[in-house]
Amino acid sequence: MHKIYLSHNAIISSLGFDSETVVENIKNEISGISRIEDEDLFQKPFYGSIINKTILKHKFNALKTKEDHTVLEQLMILSLNKVIKASNITINTSVGLIISTTKGNIDVLEKNSDFPKSYTYLSRLGTVLKKHFSFKTEPIVVSNACVSGVLAISIAKRLIKESVHKHVFIVSGDLVSKFVLSGFNSFQALSDSECKPYSKDRTGINLGEAIASVLVTSDTNYLTEESVELIGDATCNDANHISGPSRSGEGLFRCVNSAMKEAAIKPQDIDYLSAHGTATIFNDDMEAIAFNRLGLQNVPLNSLKGYFGHTLGSSGLVETIVGMHSLKLNTLFYSKGFTSLGVSKPLHIIEKTKQQPLAIFLKTASGFGGANTALLLKSITYKNVKKRT
Amino acid sequence: MDSKFNIQSYTHIRNGTISLNGNTLFESETEDFSTFIKEAYKSQHIEYPKFFKMDNLSKLAFIAADIILRNTSNSEENIAIILSNKASSLDTDRKHQESISDTDNYYPSPSIFVYTLPNICIGEICIRHQLFSENSFFIFDNFNPDCLWVQTEHLLKTKKANKALCGWVDFDDSNYDAFLYLVEDHGTFNHSIKNIKELYLCK
Repeated sequence: MHKIYLSHNAIISSLGFDSETVVENIKNEISGISRIEDEDLFQKPFYGSIINKTILKHKFNALKTKEDHTVLEQLMILSLNKVIKASNITINTSVGLIISTTKGNIDVLEKNSDFPKSYTYLSRLGTVLKKHFSFKTEPIVVSNACVSGVLAISIAKRLIKESVHKHVFIVSGDLVSKFVLSGFNSFQALSDSECKPYSKDRTGINLGEAIASVLVTSDTNYLTEESVELIGDATCNDANHISGPSRSGEGLFRCVNSAMKEAAIKPQDIDYLSAHGTATIFNDDMEAIAFNRLGLQNVPLNSLKGYFGHTLGSSGLVETIVGMHSLKLNTLFYSKGFTSLGVSKPLHIIEKTKQQPLAIFLKTASGFGGANTALLLKSITYKNVKKRT
Repeated sequence: MDSKFNIQSYTHIRNGTISLNGNTLFESETEDFSTFIKEAYKSQHIEYPKFFKMDNLSKLAFIAADIILRNTSNSEENIAIILSNKASSLDTDRKHQESISDTDNYYPSPSIFVYTLPNICIGEICIRHQLFSENSFFIFDNFNPDCLWVQTEHLLKTKKANKALCGWVDFDDSNYDAFLYLVEDHGTFNHSIKNIKELYLCK
C-alpha cells in the first residue's frame, strides 16, 4: 500500500513569506503577535498577527497576474505558486487541489468592499486557483472549523489511497477580519495581551492570519529534507457541545487513540506533541485532561499560537509544517507565552528551545462543532530515500 | 464503480416536502422555511428543545438526520458524517455581518456567531445521536457525489467508520435543499456514484 508523505511547503504569516524565514523566527523565539490599532478591523486596539499587505502587494505584482483578486486569493496564489514550482510537478489529471478555510473572502460582505458579494461563496477560491494554475481536476473546499487545516491532510491521504490522485496540493488560509474579531469578542474569548497557552495567567486567544501550502504525495521522487510520512490520522466528535470543549476531552482522546492504533505505536514512541493550545481557559484544560488520559503528559508539548495567533482554518496546516521543520532540525521550539502551568493535569510544556533527536510527532486540533483531529507524522531519513535521477 | 457497501436509506427535504426512500412523510403549503421546519419538527414528534436555538442550516440538517437515524440504535454506533453544500453558513454569516456593520447599532451575539461555520450542523447531529465519529464538511458549487463517494469508501473500507451519513444540506436566502443517505454493509441500492446521483435527483 502507498505510504503518504507531506513534502514541499510554504507559510506566509507576519513572521515571513516562506517556511524557512518563519521557522528561523520561531527558532529565535520571535512572535508575530503585536498590538494592532486599526479601526477598520476593530473598534479598539487588539493583539493579533497580521500579514504585511505592502510586502504582499509587491510580491503579488511580481507575478504579473491580470485578474483582480481579493487579499486572500492573492495570498493563496502566492503560497501555492511557491510550492507547485518547487515541487516541479506538472499539473495534469492525476493532481488534486484541496482548499482549507473557515471564512474565505468573508471581508467582501462588508458594505465598502469593492468585490461582488458572490465572492463570499467558498467555491470561488477553488474556481480562482483552478484557473490560475490550470488544475485539471475539481478543487475540493473543506470547511470544518479549526480542524480544517489538519483534516485537509487526512482528506488528501484518502484521495491518494483510493487512487483518485497521485499528488494533492493543499492550501489553507483565513484572514483577521472585522467579522471574526467581533464574533470572538462577543464570546469574550479575545485576550487583552499576547496569548499564553496553558499558563495560569492566560486570558484568551489572539487571532492571526496565515496562509500555508503543502504537497501530499506517495511518490518518493518528490520529497524534501523536512518531508514526513503520515502514519496515522483520525477525526472524532465530542458529541457534547457546539462551542464548548468536552470536559473529558472525549473526542480528542478518541482521535489520538485511533491514530495511534493505525500507526501501531505507543504513547512513549511520540517525541513531540504539537497541540492546539488556544489559550482559552476551557480549551487548554480539556487538552490537558485528554493528554493525561492518553498517557502523553510527559511528551514535550508546545502550542504555536504564541507565534501565529489562532489562524483558524489555516492553523492546523501551519503548525504541521512547523512540526516538520522541528523534526528536520531536531529542535523543540519554546511554547511562546508560557509562564507557569495553569491546567488541572500535568503537561510537559517546552519552556526553552532546545535540540533533541526527534522522529515522530503528534499534531492535534480541536474546534467549534466539537470536531477533533489528530495526525501522527514520522520523519523520513532523507538520504535513504531514492533521489530523482 | 461498484462498491461492497450499500445505501440503506435516503431522505429529501425540498419544496415543502419531506420524504424517506421516495415516500412522502410530510408536506406543507407554507413557503416560509422557519414555519415549514417547525411544522416538520412537530409532525415527526421530535422532542428536542435545543432545536429552536439552531440556525436554519442546522435545523435543516438536524431534521434530515433524525429521519434517517431514528431507526438505528445510534448510541456508540460508529457513523461517520460527511456533508456538503454550496452556501456554507452564509445565511447566518449575513446576520452576523448585519449586527456589526453599523457602529451605532452594534449587537454581535455569540449565539449567532457560533453558527457561522457550516460544520456546526454536524456537531448538532453528533450531540443528538451521541456520535463520536469522523466528520467532514465540504463546499462545492453543485452536488458532488464523486467526492462524497471516495471519502465514504475509504472510511468504511479501513473500518474507521461502520456506517456513513452523507449528503447535501444547503440553505441560502430562503432557498433550501437537503438530501442525506446512509451507507452501510446492507441496503437497497449499491453505493455507486451513479446511484447517489440518481437518488439526489429523484423526489
